[in-house]
Amino acid sequence: MANLQFDLVSPERRLASVEATEVQIPGADGDMTAMAGHAPTITTLRPGILRVTHSGTTEEYVVLGGFAEISATSISVLAEQALHRDELTQEVYDQMIADAKELYKKHEEVFENEPGPVDDAAKLIADMVAIGSHIGLDPNQSNFG
Amino acid sequence: MPNLKDLKNRIASVKSTRKITKAMQMVAAAKLRRAQDAAEASRPYTERFNAVMGGLAASVGGSESAPKLLSGTGSDQVQLLIVMTAERGLCGGFNGNIAKLAKTHAQKLIAEGKTVKIITVGKKGRDAIKRELGEYFVDHVDMSGVKRLGYVDAQNIAKDVLSRFDDNEFDVATIFFARFENVVTQHPTAQQIIPASFDVAEDADTALYDYEPSEEEILADLLPRGVATAIFSALLENAASEQGARMSAMDNATRNAGDMIDQLTIEFNRSRQAVITNELIEIISGAEAL
Repeated sequence: MANLQFDLVSPERRLASVEATEVQIPGADGDMTAMAGHAPTITTLRPGILRVTHSGTTEEYVVLGGFAEISATSISVLAEQALHRDELTQEVYDQMIADAKELYKKHEEVFENEPGPVDDAAKLIADMVAIGSHIGLDPNQSNFG
Repeated sequence: MPNLKDLKNRIASVKSTRKITKAMQMVAAAKLRRAQDAAEASRPYTERFNAVMGGLAASVGGSESAPKLLSGTGSDQVQLLIVMTAERGLCGGFNGNIAKLAKTHAQKLIAEGKTVKIITVGKKGRDAIKRELGEYFVDHVDMSGVKRLGYVDAQNIAKDVLSRFDDNEFDVATIFFARFENVVTQHPTAQQIIPASFDVAEDADTALYDYEPSEEEILADLLPRGVATAIFSALLENAASEQGARMSAMDNATRNAGDMIDQLTIEFNRSRQAVITNELIEIISGAEAL
């Protein structure tokens, strides 16, 4: 099976550059899996988990925001913040959740009559919680909101 | 004529100065390597980002619904200047050059009757332009607590700038920083970040992409990130430039100190010889008088 060149870069570093067989991306409108020969697509990302399958193994990365550029032979993911799954400790995760909640609170105050940004922030928290429950970290749901 | 003791003290003091500048040069060299690595690491992101944005901007930019961050507010009356310099001095003309560029730019705009607002990043640039342009300062970002430059730092600046833009506080934003070329050359640069301008990629295949969600939504999502990306890469360039400038400045200082020591040593030897000769003359003429 044909492979595609996969690059994962964040502004601070290049996290991965491998020949992958398939890449599952947390797109803003839903997950999608890209394999060789995919139609050229650009999609924004929601906070979520990116799975890369290469030479029989699957690696997982946590990405926050950014976009992915898919072509028939390559896929570049430009994430604002990206971490290998192993790097996402409970501590880091707690910080992320805290940031998301703070954003939510702030938006709630600032955009009283505009539901848009508040909903976005709520969705961000939900996405973060989903990441946590997927990889077995405690999102401290009791403090939600 | 300075006496021997004074000369000796001077030589000792210049020697210790040379030690310090030598140490600073070596520290700057190590930091420069790190700064260059960081700048190198950010390059793939910035390049891809700008390429994609260029494609998007080209296809959406012309339409009326284009976001303000791209098309501008339709005016250029209020100009925001973001002057990025170092927190510390002793780096040659680095801070001065950026400040000078920003100053000329600001004065030109003021002469044209525009309103100027200035945000300074880094203490040294602020001090350099405070006297003449202090009344235009709107904010200052203190970077002295930042040990290792991260994307978060750029994001914080970008957030502040974007919220000012949303509040219609300015129409055009320009950043000032020094682009790193090599250790001896750094170019003070002015780059307009709002409204954003992207080099449109030459290859035409950008138009063939499917967009999910729509092109407009992606553009609206990415433009604010573009501001942060531009600021981040400017900060990185600046960090590398600062260390490069400091390295060459300290190299010069070390060399000058060396020259000075040589000169002082010659002078010291001469005066010591003069003293000896003097004593000899006294002894000989004393002996002759007997």
